[in-house]
Amino acid sequence: MGRTLLKRVGELAAVLLIVSFGTFMLVSLLPNDPAVVILGEGREPAEYEAVREELGLNDPLPVRYLDWLGSAVTGDLGETVVPPVTDVLDRVAAALPVSVELAVLGMGMALLFSIPLAMWSAYRAGGRVDRVISAGAFGVLSVPSFLAGLLIIMVFANQLGWFPRAQWVRLSESIGDNLYHAFLPALVIALAETALFTRILRNDLITTLQEDFILAAKAKGMSARHIMFSDALRPSSFSMITLLGISLGRLIGSTVIVEYLFALPGMGSLVIGAANTGDFTMVQGAVLVIAVIYVLTNLLIDLSYGVLDPRIRRAHV
Amino acid sequence: MSEMTQVSTPPAYGQAVDAAVAPAPMQDPRRSRSLWAGVVLTALGIVTVAIGVAGLRGANGWLQLAVVVAGLALTHVGAGRLLRHRFGAGFDLTSWLSAIWLVLLVLAALLAPVLPLGEHEDIASTLSAPVFARPDLLSEYPLGTNNFGLDLLARVLYGARASLVVALGAVAMGLVIGAALGIVSGFFRKTTDAVIGIFTNSLLAVPPLILLIALATVLEPSLRNLAFALSLLALPSIVRMARASTLTFVQREFVLAARAMGASRLRIMTRELLPNVMLPLLSYAMVMISVLIVAEASLSFLGLGIQPPDPSWGNMIAEGEGNAFEEHPHIVLVPGVVLFLTVFSLNLLGEKARKRFDPRQAKL
Repeated sequence: MGRTLLKRVGELAAVLLIVSFGTFMLVSLLPNDPAVVILGEGREPAEYEAVREELGLNDPLPVRYLDWLGSAVTGDLGETVVPPVTDVLDRVAAALPVSVELAVLGMGMALLFSIPLAMWSAYRAGGRVDRVISAGAFGVLSVPSFLAGLLIIMVFANQLGWFPRAQWVRLSESIGDNLYHAFLPALVIALAETALFTRILRNDLITTLQEDFILAAKAKGMSARHIMFSDALRPSSFSMITLLGISLGRLIGSTVIVEYLFALPGMGSLVIGAANTGDFTMVQGAVLVIAVIYVLTNLLIDLSYGVLDPRIRRAHV
Repeated sequence: MSEMTQVSTPPAYGQAVDAAVAPAPMQDPRRSRSLWAGVVLTALGIVTVAIGVAGLRGANGWLQLAVVVAGLALTHVGAGRLLRHRFGAGFDLTSWLSAIWLVLLVLAALLAPVLPLGEHEDIASTLSAPVFARPDLLSEYPLGTNNFGLDLLARVLYGARASLVVALGAVAMGLVIGAALGIVSGFFRKTTDAVIGIFTNSLLAVPPLILLIALATVLEPSLRNLAFALSLLALPSIVRMARASTLTFVQREFVLAARAMGASRLRIMTRELLPNVMLPLLSYAMVMISVLIVAEASLSFLGLGIQPPDPSWGNMIAEGEGNAFEEHPHIVLVPGVVLFLTVFSLNLLGEKARKRFDPRQAKL
């Protein structure tokens, strides 16, 4: 376990270096001169030169990269290019909790929906309920999240008026209000995840239900509910947990879209707004933060297999 | 859909269903009853669709939509019965319809410039055209018009051109580069493998949509740049799959035989490994295309992809944001339904192809 961990951390460091270099290089890919982006056009050449000097754009690439990385590691991601000029890290720190909350709520909702659905589906595999649920899950997976979001907004926010749109109440202000405002966005995020989890969990449950220990439980006269929740669920959940890791990337993607749709002040709105105005330091900083969180979370999920399934722990030693 | 669920269930259960469904010789009256039910349902469905399209012209739009959808559903159920009666229980109408939809879409997208379509992007030429015309299959604007009076059918088809070109280009680029990297990585192992591994892991370390947005910030939103950005999305999984297949094929006898006959490493990789690695990759490509179509649509929806007035499914749906959607739902529904059907068809057929050609998927 110790050696695997060490190897993983080494790989992780290499990956983070490359990712940070990639985000850093974003600026060099810019079609126009950053100095022109900052000052606007029609200034004296000397002024542009001064900005370039100040940004360190005249130094050789490796020096610039190390400079940037050094300050990024110490928590200085620079200032936004587009006015109002603010500290990038402050903006990220304000936006991150919103996105994390949405992602966690969405994922929680997906688990809440998918576990009963998968059980209902797997209990009589091939039956009418199973066919409807499977077909429904497959259909939902083919609806892009921005389309689903737009439709849900139209029905629940505009037509029925049950939920607000384009408002956000911080968790610290009022928990009830916060959840009320987060419900629809989280629902949009949960849709695709629910469909995916239901499919995977259903398949694993069907396999588990054919095992001898399930037969033994049935022979003992255990109730269906007891068999499903106490005997079948845990051994069937490994593929789903693997999937949790893989879905994380898509989860972040749908969070971005949902924030844009509902105009919520999260990382997604931050990145899209910055991308639309060409605020490259903001995009750079936000992408770096998201990538670091993403990579670390994936590492945690990998390590959690060992905790959940003792067989994996032994296999690695 | 029924076949799909059967495939994913274990064999013991599948046999039971086959036995139950297989027509026994004694069941003849039941079969002919099912045939009649199929005929009646199909006829009823077609009549309902006709009523929805022609009979209810000018009625409430939602009512018309509901009637047409109900009619289509009836026709689907009825025709499914008829065709199963004719071609056996394994006939899967939904898959066939998916294939037909994709073929029609590709053909229409290819032929869009020569088809008798309305105006798709030149606002100046549609000054006299009705704005926000409702979809009416029997009128001059079968799928309606948008706020500039541009024809939605034409825009959907030109949007299909953009989506398909970008997604296909990206998958092609991803396949060529990804297969090469994957085979090299799995063949040489050691340092090569480690370097390529870290490279793919780095691409995977940025969530897909974030990577796209970051690239869109710095790249001009042209079709070529979009295809390039999307190919970076497709690359890591293709490299991983190609590497995994290479690892298994390298140990097979035919590679040993080629080695014994003195084949060079390049020859082994291109002539022995490539064809074997390519088959599962190609079946995966279909699902990949659908993922990339969604990614392109999302990017265009966010205003970072294909820029209006050039149509793309994503930016067409974005036109309906705000109040336009509430008053004129077809602005969103027309491109939305086309996008859904395309993604659904690709997913369905891709899943079938994968189960068939990728032995590693069989276990799942």
